[in-house]
Amino acid sequence: MTAHSTANSTAHTTAPEEAGAAKAADTALLRLDAATVRFGARTVLDALDLDVAEHEIVCVLGPSGSGKSTLLRAVAGLTPLDAGRVLLDGADQRDVPAHRRGVGLMFQDHQLFPQRDVGGNVGFGPRMHKAPREQRQRRVAELLDLVGLPDAQARAVATLSGGEQQRVALARALAPEPRLLMLDEPLGQLDRSLRERLVVELRQLFGRLGTTVLAVTHDQGEAFALADRVVLMRDGTVAQSGTPYEVWQHPADEFVARFLGFDTIADAVVTGTAAATEWGPLPVPEGTAEGPCRLLVRPTGVVLSAGGALRCEVVARTFRGGHVGVRLRPERGPLLEAECALRDAPREGETVGVGFDPGDIVVLPR
Amino acid sequence: MSALRTAYGRGARTPRGTAHPAAAAVRRRAGVRAALMALPLLFFAAFFAYPVAAIVTRGLHEGGNWHLGRIADVAGDAGIRHVLWFTCWQAAASTALTLLVALPGAYVFARLDFPGRRLLRAVVTVPFVLPTVVAGSAFLALLGRDGFTDSLFGVRLDTGVWAILIAHVFFNYAVVVRTVGGLWAQLDPAQEEAARMLGASRLAAWRRVTLPALGPSVAAAALMVFLFTFTSFGVIQVLGGPMYSTLEVEIYRQTAEVFDLPTAAVLTLLQFAAVAVILALHGWAVRRSQSALRLVDPALTAHRPRGAAERTLLGGVLAVVALLILLPLGVLVARSFDTPSGYGLAFYRALGSTDGGTFSVAPWQTVGNSLRFAAIATVIALAVGGLAAAALVRRSSGRLVRGFDALLMLPLGTSAVTVGFGFLIALDKPPLDLRDSWLLVPLAQALVGTPFVVRVMLPVLRAVDERLREAAAVLGASPWRVWREVELPLVSRAVAIAAGFAFAVSLGEFGATVFIARPDDPTLPVAVARLLGRAGALNYGQAMALSTVLMLVCAASLLVLESLRTTGSGEL
Repeated sequence: MTAHSTANSTAHTTAPEEAGAAKAADTALLRLDAATVRFGARTVLDALDLDVAEHEIVCVLGPSGSGKSTLLRAVAGLTPLDAGRVLLDGADQRDVPAHRRGVGLMFQDHQLFPQRDVGGNVGFGPRMHKAPREQRQRRVAELLDLVGLPDAQARAVATLSGGEQQRVALARALAPEPRLLMLDEPLGQLDRSLRERLVVELRQLFGRLGTTVLAVTHDQGEAFALADRVVLMRDGTVAQSGTPYEVWQHPADEFVARFLGFDTIADAVVTGTAAATEWGPLPVPEGTAEGPCRLLVRPTGVVLSAGGALRCEVVARTFRGGHVGVRLRPERGPLLEAECALRDAPREGETVGVGFDPGDIVVLPR
Repeated sequence: MSALRTAYGRGARTPRGTAHPAAAAVRRRAGVRAALMALPLLFFAAFFAYPVAAIVTRGLHEGGNWHLGRIADVAGDAGIRHVLWFTCWQAAASTALTLLVALPGAYVFARLDFPGRRLLRAVVTVPFVLPTVVAGSAFLALLGRDGFTDSLFGVRLDTGVWAILIAHVFFNYAVVVRTVGGLWAQLDPAQEEAARMLGASRLAAWRRVTLPALGPSVAAAALMVFLFTFTSFGVIQVLGGPMYSTLEVEIYRQTAEVFDLPTAAVLTLLQFAAVAVILALHGWAVRRSQSALRLVDPALTAHRPRGAAERTLLGGVLAVVALLILLPLGVLVARSFDTPSGYGLAFYRALGSTDGGTFSVAPWQTVGNSLRFAAIATVIALAVGGLAAAALVRRSSGRLVRGFDALLMLPLGTSAVTVGFGFLIALDKPPLDLRDSWLLVPLAQALVGTPFVVRVMLPVLRAVDERLREAAAVLGASPWRVWREVELPLVSRAVAIAAGFAFAVSLGEFGATVFIARPDDPTLPVAVARLLGRAGALNYGQAMALSTVLMLVCAASLLVLESLRTTGSGEL
């Protein structure tokens, strides 16, 4: 269940996961083997390795320009590989044209055909596969039902709202029953509340249908909500791969941590269960390797208490719905971010004491 | 959008009778539109409708009675029916042949990125703005007696219909490359990819997704080519011989040689009806092609040729361009240097003297005449066409606007001979006594240039985002300031392109100018035709030399245009 890629990618996966990886390698529906794509002098995919098992939902997460979309296009056969292989069910796809690969791709901007109505769009795939008319119509009705647009067959594409377009695009991609469904920023253009609702619906739907999914997104919330496994991409390679919980809990390196939104990262030297930092000694989990490292302090690991050893001034507070983000200027060391309940939040300008929770302090490799 | 507008309109009319400001605004807008349309309408009424009506009346109205029986007489005439038949089938054949040859070119120029693309795109447009007489003489030099193919292979095509068809393809290649290619370059390639992901092969994806999207613009281009070849004059004059005659040539013959004005009037009406039908179909096709398509920046869709198929296609298109367009132009140039005493500049030197006796002025002076007339015609066409486009953009639909749009296109399809002769007989008494005025020539040329100005300006003006105008207005700009500060800078490039087209087209106008140019003040194309009409190697050589000069002027103005063009959009 992991990408066998860069050295640190499997650093934090636990033993049972390693066993899963061996199993996944045998049943991998999709395997990328040192896949490389160059655009001129720029290497967009850099000897990338990735496996996706049958019925698995994998989300590739990364900043824009990290090669996510190119990854999908390479699997689809729309962008040729400069080196490496794409295997589907163990078969090399080098000479297989895009329309014979049996994979589906939902485009970022949907790419619905404007000159066809909704039914024509959804029925396009089955028609290309020479399904008889009756079967085609049944399939279209079935899929539109599935995505919650049962009466939309005859509607013009231009009259659809953003959410409806997304549903039609999904129905269209599912119609030819692809063995692998790829989604490029599937919810990218929708507003937040719709996105949060749809991502739950999508996961339920894929679970019910047993669809194998490879999705790319830049939105971690989307990836975590949708995926069985997330793969973090950086400059065309895999930076980390694991379940959403693993990645969140144990970011493989500073890049991953910062991409996940953690900004309080400092130099430290570990001795025993304490790390020497500019803020003073911080507790670290037991069994941490000794020596210099980078230390991530999660906002939840910064505990405001009257008895805290480190005195800090409250610089700013940001109301975030369920909790309050507090920005602190400590008496020594760089700024800290803390998170606390609304009723406990100090006011701006107040001086508070701060302690640290070892459970929310993560040692990153240097 | 219309629903929105309606809702807004209703909201503005509040129940307490405060309808006045909104109603006043609507009235003011209608007033502005009317004011903008006034000059173009006046221009078309005085210099198009009136002369054409005058000549038709002259033919069919005699002794206080209308002689409409003439229509049946003429339509029943076997000779005329033969002309009609030939006009139609040669136009259809030319259109089909042009599409066949030029559609691969449209793809190559739209989607493939190769060195010299811009230059070549300008070059293939040169024939389109070349005077038909020059195009005809280029083909005569290539395919005719003692021509290139005759002396090389003993093949002469000037006696058959093939020369006409090939010349028509030469002439209209750019129409297809520009109208279809312009849209093709903007179609989102991801649409085809989406089809491929759903199991469509490359060909199936093209047929099911790209072709339907291109369909209306192919139809529009085809109708334009049909219109130009249906009303073909210069090419047929030079290459048709006594055997082949189109409606337009027949109108010229009946008017200027047989002096049978009633027959000419009936033929003019016939041509009018045909052209009106073609233009109506064209307008419909253009509206279809403006339907909701996914358009992207053309710079993003072009790519280097990949694979054997694309390289073969590119090679094929380049070969066609070389054979069909560069070769005739090249032969024309070569002929202009090919004097009886070896290659030299004798023909060009002869242009400077009046010894030939063809004109009372040296042929060289016609270059100056042409440039002067074309410049004035360009100013008139820009003023008339620009105002018309500004009026049209203020409302995008409605029968009235569509009618006005079609009216502006009408001169393109109306017999230039009719217009020219109409000028002579209609504009000879006060208040419009222009008989001896040099202004007649630029006015007639502007009539042909105006449709091009409108066609170039309108899509660009329509593309200016309404929200930009609104943003400027909210920031305190008056409508006049909005136009000057926001719209004009955005469309200034289009104005330059429109001016260039109008200039080139005016430069090459022949059919009308041949009637109204004063003998001592001929334009360049008229001089070419006169030189071609006379025997002798010197006259022929001078015609070739003059044509070369004209070609160079046209090519230069087109190259300037090509460097201005960034989006490749618009309808030309």
